[in-house]
Amino acid sequence: MTEKVILNTLDYPEPGTLANYERTGGYQALKKILAEKITSEAIITEVKASGLRGRGGAGFPTGLKWSFIPRHFKGVKYIVCNSDEGEPGTFKDRDILRYNPHSVIEGMLIAGYTLDAQTGYNYIHGEIWREYELFEQALDDARAAGLLGKNILGSDFSFELYAHHGFGAYICGEETALLESIEGKKGQPRFKPPFPASFGLYGRPTVINNTETFANIPYIVRNGGQKFLELGKPNNGGTKLFSVSGPVNKPGNYEVPLGLPFTELLQMAGGMREGRKLKAVIPGGSSVPLLPAEIMMQCTMDYDSLAKAGSMLGAGSVILIDDSVCMVRALERLSYFYFEESCGQCTPCREGAGWLYRVVQRIERGQGRPEDLDLLIDVSKNIGGRTICGLGDAAATPVQSFIQHFRSEFEHHIEHKRCVDGCH
Amino acid sequence: MTLTTESLKKIEREVAKYPADQKQSAVMSALRITQQEKGWLSNDTIQFVADYLGMPRIAAYEVATFYNMYHTQPLGKYKLMICTNLPCRLTWQHDIAAYLQNKLGIGFGETTEDGKYTLIEGECMGACGDAPVMIVNAHRMCSFMTPEKVDQLLSELEQP
Repeated sequence: MTEKVILNTLDYPEPGTLANYERTGGYQALKKILAEKITSEAIITEVKASGLRGRGGAGFPTGLKWSFIPRHFKGVKYIVCNSDEGEPGTFKDRDILRYNPHSVIEGMLIAGYTLDAQTGYNYIHGEIWREYELFEQALDDARAAGLLGKNILGSDFSFELYAHHGFGAYICGEETALLESIEGKKGQPRFKPPFPASFGLYGRPTVINNTETFANIPYIVRNGGQKFLELGKPNNGGTKLFSVSGPVNKPGNYEVPLGLPFTELLQMAGGMREGRKLKAVIPGGSSVPLLPAEIMMQCTMDYDSLAKAGSMLGAGSVILIDDSVCMVRALERLSYFYFEESCGQCTPCREGAGWLYRVVQRIERGQGRPEDLDLLIDVSKNIGGRTICGLGDAAATPVQSFIQHFRSEFEHHIEHKRCVDGCH
Repeated sequence: MTLTTESLKKIEREVAKYPADQKQSAVMSALRITQQEKGWLSNDTIQFVADYLGMPRIAAYEVATFYNMYHTQPLGKYKLMICTNLPCRLTWQHDIAAYLQNKLGIGFGETTEDGKYTLIEGECMGACGDAPVMIVNAHRMCSFMTPEKVDQLLSELEQP
């Protein structure tokens, strides 16, 4: 049984409580930092040594991101947590907020101490109201225990943390759209640069990390970066939550060391339901390229292996697709999602995502034309890289990878005006 | 147009989370709280919220129309939002959306004649592992739905 960093609170009844977090070593890292007056430089060095990479999808090294914040700038700075997971296939932050909210709070406190910030916000996905309430409860408990607020545990470090509730916009998972949203505006991404590290929330230097990223920080400070790194593999430090969905016997979140073979993860999720055969996998959420089962079976679950196979680890959201699924219909639903969720700011995404959806839809409805596949590729290539944020690329990626790997199914649809036998 | 003391108290609690010169940050919560009280967001309601927070009315209207979970039209008493996105659909053992449509005799975006239920097609709710999932009135998530559990939910909502 491998060590768990985040979901270890599940060993106790009522896992999300402060008492249970403390049983797993919770708040020891914060206490150590305050008692020993550990320097910011030393903390950033440990985070860099851990190999921790952003768990929200981009995989950017966390220690490096923190080092971009002007630490000696004396004005107001902010720590922001991105719990706005709404990409098809993602559901890990919800479990972290349910089962270990204090690891996120402690991680944000440590970030606040390191970067000399006094205030933090956790932006929580609109659809998970219950988890928002649980997080607010955890904040109250931390405040009552002297772990949040003024002069934390009698030290000269003060930090206040609040929860901000979203209300239904996938785009707010993009970090600058999220900042706009906290400011009480439409969630439309900002041009970068300037990056949030210099111009973030209310125009102040801001560090934004994913929920799971923050939740790993206390372990790294408590045990050292090296120990965290060794849980995974070089350049892919630590454990990772994988959210497995699709026709498996036990869908859900599994925290495993990075580098675990995909076949073992599939086994942990109870294997495919009876009579279902694995056809393809989207390994990191709907925005990463899909891989056929035979390629996926050779992969290990880490950033490098999946990149080499032509996809991405993303947020670790593993969507399994079985052989009864029509790839045209599956792509139609995903394309609708990006069309619906485009914020409308950039023309290539606003118009292009609609084009992609309508062309895939007409193929699905048996009205496809022979030139449609080339048209889809052409439109998708004219979206990618031409927008302010990554949503345009995210809309283009499934179209390209579905057609690349399952072109014959699309051609069958166009020619015969229906699915390949046995699909639906 | 006014709000109950309870709603105003909830809004004040949200306002207190942000810097004193950034009251607009509370607009998302304020609109959610008013929608919870009024059922939907009329222009009057949105204007009230904007004036209350000292922000331009158009900016509050932009927020109310940008985010999917605000309703700027009157809908049924119970808004049932069902996720039909790919991971959920792949996991479904039963087509919950079709079951609800048949049972209530309405399609997505429609309201029953008695004004009780509106069906809404939702986007990813970040709970694919619990599929099929649906949300009642923006606050209550129902997991692992089956036709039996849909029946139970409806009979619970039928209680006076």
